[in-house]
Amino acid sequence: MEFKSTRREWNTLQKDTLARKSAADQYVKEGKIVDAKDTVALLETVIKPYDKVNIEGNNQKQADFLAKKLCEVDPSKVHDLHMVQSVLTLPEHLDVFEKGIAKKLDMSFSGPQAGRIAQFLKEGKLELGAIHTYLELYGRYFVDLTPKVALVAATMADRDGNLFTGFSTEDTPVIVEATKFRQGIVVAQVNQIVDKLPRVDIPGDWVDYVIESPKPFYIEPLFTRDPALITDAQILKAMMAIKGIYGEYGVERLNHGIGFDTAAIELLLPTYGEELGLKGKICKHFILNPHPTLIPAIESGWVESVHSFGGELGMEAYVAARSDVFFVGPDGSMRSNRAFSQTAGHYAIDMFIGGTLQIDPYGNSSTATASRVAGFGGAPNMGCDAKGRRHSTAAWLKVGDEYALKDQLYGPVRRGKRLVVQIAETFREKLAPGFVEELDAFALAKNAKLPIEPVMLYGDDLTHIITEEGIAYLHKCGSMEERTAAIRGIAGFTEVGMKADPKETKRLRTAGIIKTPEDLGIAIGRANRSMLAAKNVHELVEWSHGLYNPPAKFRNW
Amino acid sequence: MALQTLNFEFQAETPETMTKEWSHLGVTGSGDLEVLMEKKNLGGKVQAKVVTPVKGFDEVWRRMLGKFVNDCQVGDVSIEINDDNATPIVVYMRLRQAWAEASEKEAE
Repeated sequence: MEFKSTRREWNTLQKDTLARKSAADQYVKEGKIVDAKDTVALLETVIKPYDKVNIEGNNQKQADFLAKKLCEVDPSKVHDLHMVQSVLTLPEHLDVFEKGIAKKLDMSFSGPQAGRIAQFLKEGKLELGAIHTYLELYGRYFVDLTPKVALVAATMADRDGNLFTGFSTEDTPVIVEATKFRQGIVVAQVNQIVDKLPRVDIPGDWVDYVIESPKPFYIEPLFTRDPALITDAQILKAMMAIKGIYGEYGVERLNHGIGFDTAAIELLLPTYGEELGLKGKICKHFILNPHPTLIPAIESGWVESVHSFGGELGMEAYVAARSDVFFVGPDGSMRSNRAFSQTAGHYAIDMFIGGTLQIDPYGNSSTATASRVAGFGGAPNMGCDAKGRRHSTAAWLKVGDEYALKDQLYGPVRRGKRLVVQIAETFREKLAPGFVEELDAFALAKNAKLPIEPVMLYGDDLTHIITEEGIAYLHKCGSMEERTAAIRGIAGFTEVGMKADPKETKRLRTAGIIKTPEDLGIAIGRANRSMLAAKNVHELVEWSHGLYNPPAKFRNW
Repeated sequence: MALQTLNFEFQAETPETMTKEWSHLGVTGSGDLEVLMEKKNLGGKVQAKVVTPVKGFDEVWRRMLGKFVNDCQVGDVSIEINDDNATPIVVYMRLRQAWAEASEKEAE
């Protein structure tokens, strides 16, 4: 047998990068520093048409200066870029498509820009690859979506290009590693260039250019919820969650989705949780951004550890002063690495609990609406049963043992199951129903020509739904028919709930598949704001001994 | 926003009326509502008048008020609600609170 080896050059990527860099040498002042005024010229030199380009768009931190400058390049020089980035938040993230600089997009999440993505898709201004989860997109950075050029954001740099990303590290390490180790080019905007960094988060030889941006990078206080806005209905659901799920399963390791429902749970731990004798039995380890509403639970000794995906404005000093709880570096400030936090959230927690916009009678849930391509960020990584998990905990085993389909699916092997919980009021504000016969995701898939419906959590992963009507223990259902009946039974007066058969709902209550507040021994009259450990932002500051420094818009006292 | 007025009537199986002559609870703030309850001889029935900016939820109001009347066995009461986009559970919770207040025994 004859083997034929390919005759080719094996370092074309590196040669290409070196050629681009030597053309850009003229813009480098000292070390790796480029003047902010030369940014557009630099980008026009190091970026070529059809490149895969990452603008560091995180959940919170934004490379906003570089995003703005990329919009100013000449589209006759730089065009048809393939943007690969986790979050699209800024108008500039979409402007590059409007101007013909970029053509294709692979992403995870796009809060405020979701409407424009759908519109551009329709107008043919944008081709959408896929909507990923964070971990999935990071994975593809190392397979087929490796950036040629990455435009990242850091807090500080030194002259050698070492970066300090500090409290708000987020996606920077994973983007830079993927880009640089496949011979790509890394451009960093920093708030400040200093002689000596507090610590090195990204080594300088992985960074090609450093630009001091005229203004510090934009960051959104995404996870701050003012306790003053928590409603009695949210408190009722939080009481049900703590008693009927956290306590029932002994959930020690978990993630809380963003929202007022989970904020209410956090603020009930030191009051209602304490009353139920659950301290030390639940909520010991969180994978969670530094939620200000978690402060009272931390201060009263509930929480052993918290690892964070990102930072949260105003929580810097509090986190630094609680290094037994948060992951804090030798310099005294937290590092938040989203890739690791998402990995922990996928494999190492026993429960995900969060809100959604719509749940269908099969238990599929989605935040997609017919005219917005928003994506789900990290929720699906945590809101699913991690099939690669091989370590056991009491909560995980209990759900696995209760799983009604285990004999059909597993045979004699004992397996656990992640608690995946959706907490939703049957009607949201403006009386939008939380339960629908068909998710808007179907209309969106049709409108945006997506091959699969953008479902956030799949029904077969969902184990529990909490509404004000009751908790449905879906993993105890032996068939789709029974699961649908359980969902209808707690869907209140929505179109889904109106179809409930009262006799069947009663049977499910007897079987322990549905538990109402009454079944759980919770008096509705007790569900009011006097249950909250902190009733406003000012009381959170007091709990923190003055260490929490809320952003101006939350300072209303 | 144009307000609409809905009127309902209910009859519980073994109704009891309130102890006080009237009761008032809540404010018509966003996502909330104001409840007025008045003792009235209605032959054991309950009359409810709802003023709300939300259209198309007549059936939800009928069911939620009916659930309250049955759960608490309310009779001979006239209920007036001024709503500003409250969700069904908020309506139910406020009704229960107003009823608890209306049925309190006077301090001795």
